[in-house]
Amino acid sequence: MMLDPTFFDSIARFITPLLLAALGGALCDRAAVFNIALEGMMLIGAFFGVVGSYYFGSWQAGLLFAILSGFASGVVFSWFSIYRKGDDIVVSIGFNILALGLTVFLLRYLFNTRGQFDDPNIIGVPRISIPIISDIPYIGNLFANQSILFYFAIILVFLIQFLLFRHKYGLYLRAAGDNIMALRTAGLSPELIQSGAVIACGILCALAGAQLSISSVTLFAEGMSAGRGWIAVVIIMMCAGRPLLILPAAIFFGLLDAIGFRIQAFGVPQQFTDSLPYVLAIFIMAIAIGRRRRKLNK
Amino acid sequence: MSDLLKKTNLVGVASAALLLSLILIIPASRDVAFGFWDGVVGGRNHFNLWTTLSRASIIIGMAMAALVAFRAGLINLGGEGQLVLGGLVAALVGVYVDLPPVLLAVVALVSAMLAAGLWALLAGWLDRVVGMPLLVASLLLNYPANYFASYLVSHPLRDVMSGISQSHKIDKAARLPRFSGTILDYGIFIVIILVILIVWLERNSIFGYRLRMHGYSAKFAEVSGFPSGKIFYQALFISGAIAGLVGFLVVFGFSQRYIDGMLTVPLYAWTGIVAVLLAAITPWIVPITGLLFAILATGAGGMERVAGIPREASQIVQGMIILWLAATGKPLNSKDGH
Repeated sequence: MMLDPTFFDSIARFITPLLLAALGGALCDRAAVFNIALEGMMLIGAFFGVVGSYYFGSWQAGLLFAILSGFASGVVFSWFSIYRKGDDIVVSIGFNILALGLTVFLLRYLFNTRGQFDDPNIIGVPRISIPIISDIPYIGNLFANQSILFYFAIILVFLIQFLLFRHKYGLYLRAAGDNIMALRTAGLSPELIQSGAVIACGILCALAGAQLSISSVTLFAEGMSAGRGWIAVVIIMMCAGRPLLILPAAIFFGLLDAIGFRIQAFGVPQQFTDSLPYVLAIFIMAIAIGRRRRKLNK
Repeated sequence: MSDLLKKTNLVGVASAALLLSLILIIPASRDVAFGFWDGVVGGRNHFNLWTTLSRASIIIGMAMAALVAFRAGLINLGGEGQLVLGGLVAALVGVYVDLPPVLLAVVALVSAMLAAGLWALLAGWLDRVVGMPLLVASLLLNYPANYFASYLVSHPLRDVMSGISQSHKIDKAARLPRFSGTILDYGIFIVIILVILIVWLERNSIFGYRLRMHGYSAKFAEVSGFPSGKIFYQALFISGAIAGLVGFLVVFGFSQRYIDGMLTVPLYAWTGIVAVLLAAITPWIVPITGLLFAILATGAGGMERVAGIPREASQIVQGMIILWLAATGKPLNSKDGH
């Protein structure tokens, strides 16, 4: 049936990448960096997660490689966008194409395969359960036997909320977005702060990619981020970069993914379930923008 | 003059990046250079040359689509969806409508352009009426279009006998004729006419003037009394319609049917955007940069066959060129626009 425990089990798998990428993007959004390269950054992370896990036979190495690659993504992006003052959109387009090309190129070069690489040597990220909550029927499955990245993402929501609004670094970050002159007057470098946001975003997106490649499954497939980076961009826009709103939005789209995956088993063509998030994203964003406008008019 | 110098400089940058990446990747560079050359012009009866030219015409067509929108300052990233929809509609008309061959081709062409143009207008409507940024709206609309086309050719309209996800073939009499003994079709003439038309339109017509005005400063255009809303929708419709035209050309010419993924996997729409950015949104330079990217792609295919270097190297070079461009010039001023 539709609502059996395994369905609840699968939801977390779909939420995690969206949540991680959207949180990373929200940092950029707050720092006024229009980073729409989330898709490419996820792809890079997914690939290097597999590389680390395969060559060193451990999931820790996988995550470490993903984090390092995300760091590199962030450095590249911020170098071109912030220090060389390139247009964010152009840099993002370039980065996305580069990421797509690089991952497929390296897939051929390192593993001598095309399309998809899976191997028993790729070790997945371990799954753990939260002792008491996981015993609750149905809902408990959300917190039973899930990837540690899922718990990390949930904790991160509150961590970033705290950082943004209760910590001085969050204040700097928001100042970089709202009032650069104030930041300069205070003797701080907006470039450095914005780069920090972009690099953090690169790392979070890479972890989102790692969730796809070495947690949900243990393989890498060409273009496996499959537009999730763009859904994350929509989530950020809908929520105006507020972490506490991003959580329910990510849950919604994750749920949609999970439902889509489920109803494929009932003979609904995959292409329809795959396009569902994008169509709904357009509708929901339209509603969100309409509401915000009406509020402004009052 | 200095303006011209700057533009040619950009082409120089691209060629340099191309050469550099060639030398960087390879130990046995003579082999690879041969592979590249062979991939571009070689093969039996110069088969690869015709492929390169076909590919160039597709890329240049998509670049023209992007150009019209960019010139008006509209960031239309929906070229892919518009291209796919145009190709799909052309294939549907071509396979399922019963008309005399020439008329059939014309009807398919017009309906492909119309469908793609309307898809672009939908993105514009989302921007103007609903308030969703055009960049995001046009991009998100790519996905439903792609999946819808993919569904149609893998299920209800599939040519089941062929064993892969593709439509039936277009009737032989209605196809675009090919140069004898090659796979290059007359579609390239249509692209050449298109380029001449756009170059002329952009330079000499009132519409082109308004387009540029809107692109340089939409506010100024509005204050000056130009019908900014009209230009916005016109530019988008034309941009989409050109993408639809290219879709028609591929379906009636190059591949003679709609094959799942044939328009999206080679990143035609994105390559077109890159070609426009590399040309600093200057129409007459676009054919040169478009040809450059076609050469890059088929050359990379040749390197793969001869030296075993994955052909995706060409995408890496493309990405690097864009990053480089973003850092050296300002091809697209989204930061201070609007």
